[in-house]
Amino acid sequence: MLSIKDLRVAIGGKEILFGINLEVKAGEVHAIMGPNGSGKSTLALALAGRDLIDVIHGSVKYMGENLLEMDPEERAKKGIFLGFQYPVEIPGVSMVNFMKTAVNEQRIYQGKEPLSAGDFLKYMREKKELVEFDSQLTNRSVNEGFSGGEKKKNEIFQMALLEPKLAILDETDSGLDIDALKIVAKGVNAMKNKDKATIVITHYQRLLDYIVPDQVHVLFQGRIVKSSGRELALELEEKGYDWIKAEANGHTP
Amino acid sequence: MENKQDEVIREVTQNEYKYGFHSDIETDTIPKGLNEDVIRLISAKKEEPEWLLEFRLKAYAQWKKMSMPHWAHLEIPEIDYQDIIYYAAPKQKIGPDSLDDVDPELRATFDKLGIPLDEQKHLTGMAVDAVMDSVSVKTTFSETLAELGIIFCSFSEAVNNHPDLVRQYLGSVVPYTDNYFATLNSAVFSDGSFCYIPKGVRCPMELSTYFRINAANTGQFERTLLVADDESYVSYLEGCTAPMRDENQLHAAVVEIVALEKAQVKYSTVQNWYPGDRNGKGGIFNFVTKRGICKGNDSKISWTQVETGSAITWKYPSCILKGHNSIGEFYSVAITNNHQQADTGTKMMHIGRNTRSTIISKGISAGRGQNSYRGLVRILKTAVNARNFSQCDSLLLGDKCGAHTFPYIETDNSTAIVEHEATTSKISEDQIFYCNQRGIDTEKAVGLIVNGYAREVLNKLPMEFAVEAQKLLQISLEGSVG
Repeated sequence: MLSIKDLRVAIGGKEILFGINLEVKAGEVHAIMGPNGSGKSTLALALAGRDLIDVIHGSVKYMGENLLEMDPEERAKKGIFLGFQYPVEIPGVSMVNFMKTAVNEQRIYQGKEPLSAGDFLKYMREKKELVEFDSQLTNRSVNEGFSGGEKKKNEIFQMALLEPKLAILDETDSGLDIDALKIVAKGVNAMKNKDKATIVITHYQRLLDYIVPDQVHVLFQGRIVKSSGRELALELEEKGYDWIKAEANGHTP
Repeated sequence: MENKQDEVIREVTQNEYKYGFHSDIETDTIPKGLNEDVIRLISAKKEEPEWLLEFRLKAYAQWKKMSMPHWAHLEIPEIDYQDIIYYAAPKQKIGPDSLDDVDPELRATFDKLGIPLDEQKHLTGMAVDAVMDSVSVKTTFSETLAELGIIFCSFSEAVNNHPDLVRQYLGSVVPYTDNYFATLNSAVFSDGSFCYIPKGVRCPMELSTYFRINAANTGQFERTLLVADDESYVSYLEGCTAPMRDENQLHAAVVEIVALEKAQVKYSTVQNWYPGDRNGKGGIFNFVTKRGICKGNDSKISWTQVETGSAITWKYPSCILKGHNSIGEFYSVAITNNHQQADTGTKMMHIGRNTRSTIISKGISAGRGQNSYRGLVRILKTAVNARNFSQCDSLLLGDKCGAHTFPYIETDNSTAIVEHEATTSKISEDQIFYCNQRGIDTEKAVGLIVNGYAREVLNKLPMEFAVEAQKLLQISLEGSVG
C-alpha cells in the first residue's frame, strides 16, 4: 500500500530525515517509536503533504502512485488520513459543517452523490457511537475549547467518518488518560480490516497494549535504526531509548 | 506554495463581478452639475409640493457652506460635484399601475438580478420596491400589504399619497444639516422607499428595496423612511448592485427609521455595489447615513449589514435610544479586497433609562484592502443603567491589507456598564492544512473559515439573504489567503 524508499526531507534547509525506508501492506499496523526530535512528526507531515517540508530525495508510492506529486487534499481524498498531534482550532466553523464538507468532498471525488444534511447527520450519529464521541462536541466549532483529550478523540471521530485506507496517527495517545486511550484504541481497532493500514506514532508502549502492531520501528536522528515485532516495544518500555541511541552511534551498551 | 497562492489570487481577482452588466434602457437624464435650478428641476420632474422643494433648497444652501469630512481612515480622491448627473430615470410612466406597464427591458434587468417584479414568481413572500437610478420602477405586493394598513411604496408616491406622514418624519432622525453627504442627499434625493407599519401590526412578509445604478456618470441619492408605529414589527432588507465602469460613481443615501412604543424594526443590508477592478479602478463611493430612533419605550432597532462591494464605504448605521428600555443592535460584516476601503461602524446614543446596545463588528481584509471599524457609544446623563457590549474582530488575509479599530466611549452616567472586546486574527497555514488534510481544498477552506468567522452576524440575516450573503463572502474572498 505504502512504499517509502530512501526518503530524505528538510525543513527550512535543515535536513530532518536521512533516508527512510518503509513498507506498509494492507491489513497491517505499524508503530513508529523514538525519542523526541527524532523526526516522527516530520515523517507523518511529509506523507500528508505539508508544504513546509521539502522532499529532497527518494520516493513514496501509495497504491502504486507517486504520492509526492499529489496535493494534500488529493492525498486525503485518496484515503490518507493524518491524526494530528496538535489539532488546530477553527473558530466559528461547526464540526457538522466541517465534516460534512470533508465527507462530501471525498464522495464527489469518488463519483458518489454528496450526502444531504439529513443523511449526513444520521451517518454522523452512527460513527459517534462507534467511537464513543460526546454528542455535545459535534455542536461546537472545530476543536474550539476542546480539552486535549477531546481534541484527540475528535481526530479518531473524524477518521471514523472519513474511513481512510491509510491512517497515520501522530501521538494520538499522548495526553490521554487510560479511559480515553481505550476509546482511541477501540476506534482504531474497529476500523481495522484487510484493506486498510495504520501507522501509529507513539512515545509509549501502553497504546500498543490495545493496538497490536505487526511491526515496530524505532526512528532516531532521522533514520529508522531498528525494526522488529511488537516485542521491541516492550523492550523499549523496559530499557528506554539509551541503548538504541548507543547502538545507533556505534557503541555497545 | 507561494506561487500557488499567487496563482489562486490572480484567478480570483480576474473573476468577473457578476452584476457588472449594463442594460440598454432609454433614460431621461438632466445635464451634469449642481445648482439651485437643478434642484428645482428635480423637484418639478417629481411634481413635488412646495414644502419639499423648500426642504431641498434649505439643504442645498447648507451644503454649500460645508466641506467634505476627512476624519475617516480613507483616501478619497477629489470629487467634482459639478461633473455628476443628479437625475436619471428610465423612460417610462412613473408608478406603473400594473406590471404590463413596466418596460420589458427593465423587467429583464431585474430578472437577471434575481429580483422578479412579477408577484407570481415570488415564492418566499417578499415585497420588493425596485429602484433604478433615480426612480422606483415597481413596488410589488403593495395592495396585499395595504389590506393590513401597511404602506409600502416608493418615496415619490408617498409624498403624493401620504404627505402628512412624510412631512412629519422626513429629516426627523437625520436632519438636513446632519453631515456633508446627508445634506447633499437632502438637496438632491431622487427616490427610495417609504414604509409605514400601523399600530399593532406585524408585517407578514419581508419588505425589501433593491437599488440598481444603471446610467453612467450619475449619482444615486435615494432616501428611505421607515416608520413603525406602536407595537408593530417589520423586517426590512436592502440590496444593491451596479454595472462595472472605469469611473467612480457616487452613492449618497439616507435611511431614517422611527420606532415608536414597543415597535421592533430589523433592517438588513447586503451591499454589493461594484467594488472597482483589481487595480482599484472604478467602483462606487458608498457614503451613506443610516440612523434610527427608538422613540418609544421598549422599542428595538436592529441593523445587520454585510458590506462586500463599493470602492469606498463610509457608513455608520446608528441608533438613538431615547425610549426607556429601548434596544439598539448593530451586526456587521465588512470585506475589503483588492483596493477597497471601508470605514464603517455605528453610533449608539443612550438617552433613556435601561437602554441596551450590542455591537458585533467583523472586519475582513484581503489584498490591499483597508478596513476600519469606527464606533461611538455615548451614554448620556439621563441614561440610568445603560448597558453596552461591543465586540470588534478583524480578520486579515495576506500581509498587504490593513485592519483598524477606532472605538469611542463617552459616559456621563456612572451606572453605565460598557464592555468592549477586540481581536485581530489571521487564517493560519495550520488551519488551511488541517482542512486540506481532510480533503478540503484551499479555496473552500478559506470560505469555510471566513463564513465561520462571520457566522454570528450572518445568523442575524433573514434566511434567503443569509445563503446569498454566504455565497457573496466566498466570491469576494476566494483564494485571497496570502
